[in-house]
Amino acid sequence: MAVFPADRFVDRLRRAGFDFFTGVPCSLVGPVIAELERRSAYFPETREDAALGVAAGAYLAGRLPVVVLQNSGLGVSLNALGSLHILYEIPCLLLVTWRGFEGKDAPEHLVMGRVLPRLLDLFEIPHRAPDAAALEADVAWAAAEMRRTRKPVALIVKPGLFV
Amino acid sequence: MTLSDALAIVIPALPADAVRVHANGYVSRAGFAAGDHDGCFYMIGSMGLASSIGLGLALARPERRVVVLDGDGNVLMNPGALASIAAAAPANLLHVCFDNRAHASTGGQRTISDRVPLDGLARAAGYRAVERVGDAAALGAAVARLVAVPGPAFLHVRIALGPPGAPGVRIPHAPAAMTARLRRTLGAS
Repeated sequence: MAVFPADRFVDRLRRAGFDFFTGVPCSLVGPVIAELERRSAYFPETREDAALGVAAGAYLAGRLPVVVLQNSGLGVSLNALGSLHILYEIPCLLLVTWRGFEGKDAPEHLVMGRVLPRLLDLFEIPHRAPDAAALEADVAWAAAEMRRTRKPVALIVKPGLFV
Repeated sequence: MTLSDALAIVIPALPADAVRVHANGYVSRAGFAAGDHDGCFYMIGSMGLASSIGLGLALARPERRVVVLDGDGNVLMNPGALASIAAAAPANLLHVCFDNRAHASTGGQRTISDRVPLDGLARAAGYRAVERVGDAAALGAAVARLVAVPGPAFLHVRIALGPPGAPGVRIPHAPAAMTARLRRTLGAS
């Protein structure tokens, strides 16, 4: 799969209106976080649900937030998504990585890797897992969906998209 | 001094246009009973995250005073927020923790704040100003001091567990209406 340049991806996010970036790292989005850090635009958090809380505060203040997280952190985040974002109609772009993709990963990632799309479906969070060719269009889709529904939307980052 | 007693002192001592984020449980209910305005946000779920939401607000709007009204159970559920707040050091954030050493809204089960000093955690994390108050006579002056200095500031208020039963009605605003209201107040929509 073609690699998508992180700086172009961050430019695309900014053009779509995203202007607040927080999260907890995953190696699959390392270049994206590095690019955000280079622009002094990234706020590192301690836990994924805390990042979602900060993102919710930023949205209340008028920002359009992105939370970067590994799919393991999606498990940590389910209560925040259910009883804060979805309940209060607080949108957020989840840039969630797909460790455990196709069962080829370290054992701690296999369960979440197997259920990731179904888990997002269960929480009624719209999601796409773009290849490099579809990424820019899917950023626009995510931003439009968030503005329309005022709910969280996920872009799933498969291995190889950025690294 | 119960939670309601303490809020009846703290809330009038805050700047009138302060954005208030109330933790879920009885803090929200008692805070609403003590006086609602368009800059108030009440959590009915996502325990632990009032502090994180307040941090996001304070970072995005550095010119606005943001006050988090929190409880001991909430702070202990998300202690990482103390570190995040101290590290980001928003000067406009006041974090008030009402500590009755119990999860009041679930029946008064004990927390561990009798052995873990929450003001000590905030001080160790690096809040710029930290005070601890245990009696009503000193509370108003402590709030006035902490809103006058650069934050982040932490006010640890030791309170008694109130009588059984909720200290106020359930929040009557629909959650999505609270989001829209606060965004309007902040000129965000």
